[in-house]
Amino acid sequence: MGEILPDPESFNQEEVIMAKEKSKDIENPIVNPKHNSTLATLLSIIPGLGQAYNKRFIKASALFILFAAFVIAMMDFVSTGLQGLVSLGNVPREDDSRIFLSNGILSLIFATFFLTFYLLNLQDAYKDAKRIQLGWKVPNMRDGFRNAWDTGFPYFLIGPGLLLLIFVVVFPLLFMVFLAFTNYDLYNAPPRNLLEWVGFENFTNLFMISEWRTTFVSVLSWTLIWTFVATTLQIGLAMFLAIIVNDPRVKFKKLIRTVFILPWAVPAFVTIIIFSAIFNDNFGAINLQIIEPLFNTSIPWLQDPLWTRIALIVIQVWLGFPFVYALFTGVLQGVSKDWYEAADIDGASRLQKFRGITFPHLMFATGPLLIMQYSFNFNNFNIIYLFNQGGPAVRGQTAGGSDILISWIYGLTFENQQFNMAAAISIILGLLVATFAFLQFRRSRSFKEEGTF
Amino acid sequence: MSTTTRKTKSKKNRNILEMLGIYSVIGVMFVIILYPLLWALGLSLNPGQGLFGAQMIPENWSLAHYEWLFFDPRSNYLTWYKNTLIVAVSVSVIGTFIVGLTAYAFSRYRFKGRKNGLYAFLLLQMFPVLMAMVALYILLNTIGLLDSLLGLIIIYVGASIPMNAFLVKGYFDTLPRELDESAKIDGAGHFRIFFQILLPLAKPILAVVALFNFMNPFMDFILPRIVLRSPENYTLALGLFNFVNDEFANNFTRFAAGAILIAVPIALVYLFLQRYLISGLASGATKG
Repeated sequence: MGEILPDPESFNQEEVIMAKEKSKDIENPIVNPKHNSTLATLLSIIPGLGQAYNKRFIKASALFILFAAFVIAMMDFVSTGLQGLVSLGNVPREDDSRIFLSNGILSLIFATFFLTFYLLNLQDAYKDAKRIQLGWKVPNMRDGFRNAWDTGFPYFLIGPGLLLLIFVVVFPLLFMVFLAFTNYDLYNAPPRNLLEWVGFENFTNLFMISEWRTTFVSVLSWTLIWTFVATTLQIGLAMFLAIIVNDPRVKFKKLIRTVFILPWAVPAFVTIIIFSAIFNDNFGAINLQIIEPLFNTSIPWLQDPLWTRIALIVIQVWLGFPFVYALFTGVLQGVSKDWYEAADIDGASRLQKFRGITFPHLMFATGPLLIMQYSFNFNNFNIIYLFNQGGPAVRGQTAGGSDILISWIYGLTFENQQFNMAAAISIILGLLVATFAFLQFRRSRSFKEEGTF
Repeated sequence: MSTTTRKTKSKKNRNILEMLGIYSVIGVMFVIILYPLLWALGLSLNPGQGLFGAQMIPENWSLAHYEWLFFDPRSNYLTWYKNTLIVAVSVSVIGTFIVGLTAYAFSRYRFKGRKNGLYAFLLLQMFPVLMAMVALYILLNTIGLLDSLLGLIIIYVGASIPMNAFLVKGYFDTLPRELDESAKIDGAGHFRIFFQILLPLAKPILAVVALFNFMNPFMDFILPRIVLRSPENYTLALGLFNFVNDEFANNFTRFAAGAILIAVPIALVYLFLQRYLISGLASGATKG
């Protein structure tokens, strides 16, 4: 990309130069009044020409070659791709709308890159011309290369990661967003049929058709309850255990810690499957060995939505408390004894000490991590799916009794093939997550610090 | 008996009662934690295949299921182990390298698009890859990487970038910039600064990232389930999941045996490295 972009070291210098330029505009005479910055920008409508006018010939030829290469290699793909994105195919059974869609999105991504490149090229020609007006000497070839290398280096570093990210994360997310505005479902599936754009119909259906609406409301409310109850309980249990084990009179701390961390260390997918066997209605250990002998009845853990939900919360607390426990223990060991001694002298009760010393310490040190626990459980697909596949099934609903949003989306996609609805719900889920993330990160320390660089 | 001794005695009694309470809570927790794990271990030693009739402490225990996994011609267990290792090692090496480069750029350089890039990373790490599975399926299908380990590796690496880059960037930020400035004055180039100065200092966090990248393919079953089709390409987690997915109760003891063989090494690694893993995660989240 040449010297279009300021490099980190020269960035500040450049800003200084720009600031000086502004003041110079008033005080200092223009050294090269014949050099026209508007003309340079206009010439750069064909990338490279403006740079040539600025007498930066190597850069000019590099830009022109890049530009020409892109136009020759990609223009065809991009323009057909964009057309395909609009039409989604014309001939049923021959055109696969999904391919049109994905090519269209790729074209959009390429076109965005191209436009960015193009704008930067215009900006670069303008900036160089302005600097030449002010008597700036065009650097020789060696310095030019050096500058280009320095400026381009961070892009070179993030290049591979960016590329992967675009194909593995950004492209699929965009694809999903676009799907939400099509009519792609079991009955209208490419390559047999062509897809069509339906606007916001899927969203209006979700809220206007009563079956969808009730399902959506019940799944969303269970998702929120699940997130809140399971996470809060796991944090509460972890806090309680961390505080009592931290008591100086307790011995074998190392052993206790090791055992308490076990549920975190064993892969969750293994333990969840084990639990779903233990909770099995007919021959699970909980029913056979605890409930039946004690109460002479058995609990339908997997057949009844309420019991499934209770079991899920219990299991998630089992799975999730160890990590928080380990965090809390670390914090508690770092709290100075002086605090408690001072509180003792003042005659503080235990509750007061907890509220005044322990609790604030724990929250201050681990706040963002605890919030991450909530967002993890919000999308905790594994436990819902592995325990009971979101079931038990509920009459008249595409979601099971214990489905949360993400597992419902999975079910809609891979079991019911309602791709359009799944995508629409994904967008709603994404908006929820993004709002939450935005609120959270705006408050977090790191971003404020980030601004001070 | 004077009042003071009575007071100390009652205090002592209270003390003992309290300790009793604490230890019994800990004891109950031990039972709750260990029971399911030991139950699975016991089940894996049952000679029968089904969940029904299997006992936690089998009367005539046998290693038949373990033998089956390793030696029976119908068992793909070793192939799965090999596949998982291939995926895990590749994801760990490639993923950590790419994340290291990206984090270095974001921590040490000021370039156009940096701030937006950081915002994008924050946002993208909140979205589960699962949300985009249809597209991933179609994408891999178009480029012919469906049912291949390479496709799986690419997705794992790509999906791990936003979160890990943030973790590592946060760590790089804590390393003093004077180090690279002085190296630059001594004439070190961009690459030298990165490889010889910053990378060695960032070893702890890179080790954490590498380990998480390595562990993930052992524990994730859902992405392989979408990407991989034929049993000889399965990873361990997917293979084991399929043991119980089709006929839950009838294969359970065999599943238990296979699960123990994954769970034990992973649990050992986690237990040995818990301090680093937890502090690594904590520093990434609070500093990132």
